[in-house]
Amino acid sequence: MDPELYNTLRHFADSWGLLAMFVFFLGVIVWALRPGSRKTHEDVANIPFRNEDKPIAPAAADRGQD
Amino acid sequence: MTNYIKLILLGVVAIFSLIAANYARDAAYMVHAIIIFLVTAGLFLWTLRQTDEPVPAKVLETSYLDGVVRYGVIATAFWGVVGFAAGTFIAAQLAFPVLNFDWAQGYMNFGRLRPLHTSAVIFAFGGNALIATSFYVVQRTSAARLWGGNLAWFVFWGYNLFIVLAATGYLLGGTQSKEYAEPEWYVDLWLTIVWLAYLAVFVGTIVKRKEPHIYVANWFYLSFIITVAMLHVFNNLSIPVSIWGSKSVQVFSGVQDAMTQWWYGHNAVGFFLTAGFLGMMYYFVPKQAERPVFSYKLSIVHFWALIFIYIWAGPHHLHYTALPDWASTLGMVFSIVLWMPSWGGMINGLMTLSGAWDKLRTDPIMRMLVISVGFYGMSTFEGPMMSIRAVNSLSHYTDWTIGHVHSGALGWNGMITFGALYFLTPKLWNRERLYSLSLVSWHFWLATIGIVLYAASMWVTGIMEGLMWREVDANGFLVNSFADTVSAKFPMYVVRALGGGLYITGAIIMCYNLWMTVKRAPAVEASAAAAHATPAE
Repeated sequence: MDPELYNTLRHFADSWGLLAMFVFFLGVIVWALRPGSRKTHEDVANIPFRNEDKPIAPAAADRGQD
Repeated sequence: MTNYIKLILLGVVAIFSLIAANYARDAAYMVHAIIIFLVTAGLFLWTLRQTDEPVPAKVLETSYLDGVVRYGVIATAFWGVVGFAAGTFIAAQLAFPVLNFDWAQGYMNFGRLRPLHTSAVIFAFGGNALIATSFYVVQRTSAARLWGGNLAWFVFWGYNLFIVLAATGYLLGGTQSKEYAEPEWYVDLWLTIVWLAYLAVFVGTIVKRKEPHIYVANWFYLSFIITVAMLHVFNNLSIPVSIWGSKSVQVFSGVQDAMTQWWYGHNAVGFFLTAGFLGMMYYFVPKQAERPVFSYKLSIVHFWALIFIYIWAGPHHLHYTALPDWASTLGMVFSIVLWMPSWGGMINGLMTLSGAWDKLRTDPIMRMLVISVGFYGMSTFEGPMMSIRAVNSLSHYTDWTIGHVHSGALGWNGMITFGALYFLTPKLWNRERLYSLSLVSWHFWLATIGIVLYAASMWVTGIMEGLMWREVDANGFLVNSFADTVSAKFPMYVVRALGGGLYITGAIIMCYNLWMTVKRAPAVEASAAAAHATPAE
């Protein structure tokens, strides 16, 4: 492989690439802890306790979760 | 119409595999060609008998596709026992070399059986458990039937064909000598096809979900499927020497090849044995505890932290090698950082029981799931510690590594899979409960004591061996020869084999219990009907 390409990619990875991933990661944490998310998370944490026996039928889907 | 296309394809492959068997350059390739011929010829006849027959009514979207999950449960239990048996046998071979029988040289000696054991437990037992549970969980948490009709069946049978090809290949010497990636080129190609089908079924089901949010377990499963696809393709880039032989040559060489291998190898641990099984944890622990996960916010942070960090940890397998120092330092640092998300996940799993700790006394399945998460915590502490260069200089190439792997594999992966099987079997076969909870307790204690014997003996022999290798006398000469360490390790090897024996005994008890659950435990409707029939007093 062309060594210049290697160097270019490496410099990109340890500068902008690193920054982008780190910022994305911080964004995820902020998003998870955002104000008002508690209600949503309490609801979605209960997903395993719904629809155990059969799927939501296509027609019933419009009427909501139950 | 599709049946005609299937018939043409199956026929072509069947004839090609017969030609391949004729021109085969090595035993592994020939046996594989014959296996593929038998499979495709059988499928050809089966498809032929169904062609131009009346088509059964299209399955409605009003039920889950559970048949494939039932088969997955059976395959998991079966391959588990096969893998544990192979492991216990090779543990005995290390203690008593006479078990490398003369009459079976070249087929059943330690070197041939060892990859059979690792692949059987990781890919056959663990892989079937992951496929089965992911199909079960993604349907329930998406409130949608599996996407792709019979594609899920293709994934199941295709994956198990891969396992048969891998296992027979190892015994006959068809291997590319990459740890946990031993299968040769054509087996790798087949797995790629099966894995992409798996990805399609999983993503397709998520896309058509009726539940607006994608539950955290599915995030873990999806990251496992995608990452394993990527790892598998890059680590297996090779050029076959001949289309009629199993031998292939790697595209990378030297330290690049080593780094690719351990990038693959460690992420096989990170994504196959950790992320996928965390998907199981985030579904089955809340279900069995009958309460939602401790903190959903923590589970989101856990997911992103784990996948962002794990992918960099591989170079810690290559301390003191031709790998540049900066790379192995990077791997070491990321391994230590990884400790935090791992323990975040462990805390999330354990604290799900807060307020329901009494279940530990009354529910042996819960006990199994909890000790599994406990072992996860233990091995994710031990791992970062062993990745530190100074510790690694003592632990690497010794039995400590093997002990570490097994406390993770037997403790974390094994126990959570057993818990999931105990949970799934009554549900899938419509039974009210398991056949016997006291047999679950027996399994729990046999497996736990087995792991303790295994891990403890490997700590002792690993550290002893590491210290013996580096011991020098006053003149700077090494004190011990390699054979000295081998004879010093004998008692610990016997203890290790004993631990393996206890573990497989527990697994056989589980199989009996699951079998009797299907055969004998009261069915759900039957007992409900009986309750109605009983007059009120």
